[in-house]
Amino acid sequence: MIDTSLLVWIILAPLMGAILNGGLYFYHVKRKPVSETLFSIIGTGTPLIAFLITLSLFLDMVDGGVTFKQQLFTWVNIGDLNITMAFLGDNLAIFMSMFVTFVGWLIHIYAIGYMTGDNGFGKFFAYFNLFLASMLILVLADNPVILFIGWEGVGVCSYLLIAFYYGDKENVIAGNKAFIANRVGDFGFILGIVTLFFALGQVDLSFSSLEANISNASTGLLALAGFLLFVGAMGKSAQVPLYVWLPDAMAGPTPISALIHAATMVTAGVYMVARFHFLYSGIEDIGIFIAYIGAFSALLAAVIATRQQDIKKILAYSTMSQLGYMFIAVGLGFYSSGLFHVFTHAFFKAMLFMGAGGIIIALHHEQNIFKIAQHRAQLPIIKFTFLIGVIAIAGIPPFSGFFSKDAILAAAFQEGQYLIWGIGMFTAFLTAFYMFRLYFIVFVAPTKDTVPYVYTSKTITFPLMILAIGAVFAGFLNFPAIFGGSHLVDTWLAQTNSIKIHMSHTTEYILMAASILVAATGIFVAYKKYANFDVYKPEDEKGIIANKFYVDEFYDLVFVQFSKKISVMIDKILDMKIIDGFIMSTCEQFVEFGKKVATIQNANVRFYAAFMLVGMSAVFIYLYISLGL
Amino acid sequence: MISLTSYAFVSMILFSIGVIGVIARRNIFVIYMSIELMLNGIALFLITFARYHFNMDPQIITIMVISIAAAEAAIFLSVIILLFRTKKSLDTDIFTTLTQGEKS
Repeated sequence: MIDTSLLVWIILAPLMGAILNGGLYFYHVKRKPVSETLFSIIGTGTPLIAFLITLSLFLDMVDGGVTFKQQLFTWVNIGDLNITMAFLGDNLAIFMSMFVTFVGWLIHIYAIGYMTGDNGFGKFFAYFNLFLASMLILVLADNPVILFIGWEGVGVCSYLLIAFYYGDKENVIAGNKAFIANRVGDFGFILGIVTLFFALGQVDLSFSSLEANISNASTGLLALAGFLLFVGAMGKSAQVPLYVWLPDAMAGPTPISALIHAATMVTAGVYMVARFHFLYSGIEDIGIFIAYIGAFSALLAAVIATRQQDIKKILAYSTMSQLGYMFIAVGLGFYSSGLFHVFTHAFFKAMLFMGAGGIIIALHHEQNIFKIAQHRAQLPIIKFTFLIGVIAIAGIPPFSGFFSKDAILAAAFQEGQYLIWGIGMFTAFLTAFYMFRLYFIVFVAPTKDTVPYVYTSKTITFPLMILAIGAVFAGFLNFPAIFGGSHLVDTWLAQTNSIKIHMSHTTEYILMAASILVAATGIFVAYKKYANFDVYKPEDEKGIIANKFYVDEFYDLVFVQFSKKISVMIDKILDMKIIDGFIMSTCEQFVEFGKKVATIQNANVRFYAAFMLVGMSAVFIYLYISLGL
Repeated sequence: MISLTSYAFVSMILFSIGVIGVIARRNIFVIYMSIELMLNGIALFLITFARYHFNMDPQIITIMVISIAAAEAAIFLSVIILLFRTKKSLDTDIFTTLTQGEKS
């Protein structure tokens, strides 16, 4: 381990961007307007600095094979609990922060074009930088408590950004929903850290000492801690049952959706499980539970996505579905496969969201795919990159999504989890189907509109093109050995990976062929059904799938209405009648008593004198009797 | 020789008359004079003990009491004049302006 003072600057750069932009925005509002260029330079420059520092550390690491660690100060020191403000740059953290900063930076650039002319331009960039900084705290944290700071930071920023257009009540409700659903998960996360602390009972909570002492704790407590930590991941990474906030989070501006879905918040859960790999490798039952939750989330989200009409909601459900894949991988112990999917997903999902955002802007904030199709926009770059993204996510080789998804499916197959594998395969079919449904309807289905809507901005198309390159070639980083690749990502993350994929070449070929076949079938079905779809007669929004299985309504009934009723009951009966009744009657008695006492104070000098005399006489009599004076 | 008890008794009577005067009378002048009477009762008591114990310290205190009484008289009389100007009366029962209550 090497001490470096550079590590913390990865976090401080965007944080300073946030502070500077926040201050400038206040100046902008209170005194005189500040140009958008200045906000943009600060807002995009600081993530670039963070990326460059990460890159330099990465290069050092490749050369020397070292791990960076930076201890700043002791933050908490109570009894046995000792928490240092320290940051850790090991292979996992640097791998993660590489694409968090890079994709994050591209999304920042895109946001310039997207947010141009918006009143809250500066505020947006302040929040955006803060979001990135929080994510980097999460990624680079050296102990679970620091990780939790970042964990909460991204939660707060997502709330601020989802409810960015706070004038609209729906957005505020969506922001609240995201925040509250996440709080449920965070509660589990806190309990998980506490359980871990009590299970190990040690003075230093850093990941390295946790890993060294993990064998001292009882399996039961560790399993509990692992489960509780995963509850946190359920909230943050939108898995069943805490996923309901994610589709609603589409209320915020599109760059936020891209950032949340691609590089930051939702991947935090996967990263956290990988970070705690030493914990989860000891409790395989919890791992399998995680894998099943992941598989179920993937399937549910994919099914719901097939019938959605809002372009961003389809993408949101697809994120949830892909996160499900990642959890299958990390749950089964294939951390590098899971993180590899996080990595490739960051590229194509950011690209898809940005493409969707470009379309939405061109059509004046229209998000219904059928209405978008009715007014075809003249967007060649977006159309091309979108196609790349759709192919990548559908899992057609050699695009990146194929390699990462296939590694996960192969892992499930190798572990003998055939049910999970089956669900994964079916979800892959659905993924190909609904993504191409989106593509065919938006870009291919015939339309009568002859007036092309054009919107081009370099800051929108430039990141798209970079990400398109990533979406195509990112998969080669972990090129499978049977094609002569060397599994770069797997090797890089070797220290976290407990299990490796090793199966006969025949099986591997068959599995690959199967998944290609499944994806191709999905695309074919989508082509048959939607390539010549009459966009003027959109699908009806009825039916159980289009209504998302009524989960929102169910939650509303069970949790919201129920707690509302209980609160009203407590308010009306317990609070107003019993407690208020008791306290108010006590108060009234005091008031009555006070009024009686007040009659003494009638401002009559003679009465006062008499009263004084009585008092003094009483004191003298007392002294005379008790002391015998 | 007159006994100590008699002196003490007289001073107690003087003090008590003063107290009763303060409590029972409404005329502010009489109250003032009653206060003077109380002070004189105390002064007499102090002098008696001074003579009895052959210790002159109480006499100093007595002189201080007399001088403070003189100063107090000056202030008290001017306050009475002010009160009379505002209320046109010497009845203490109507001097209740400083209460928060209804009567002002």
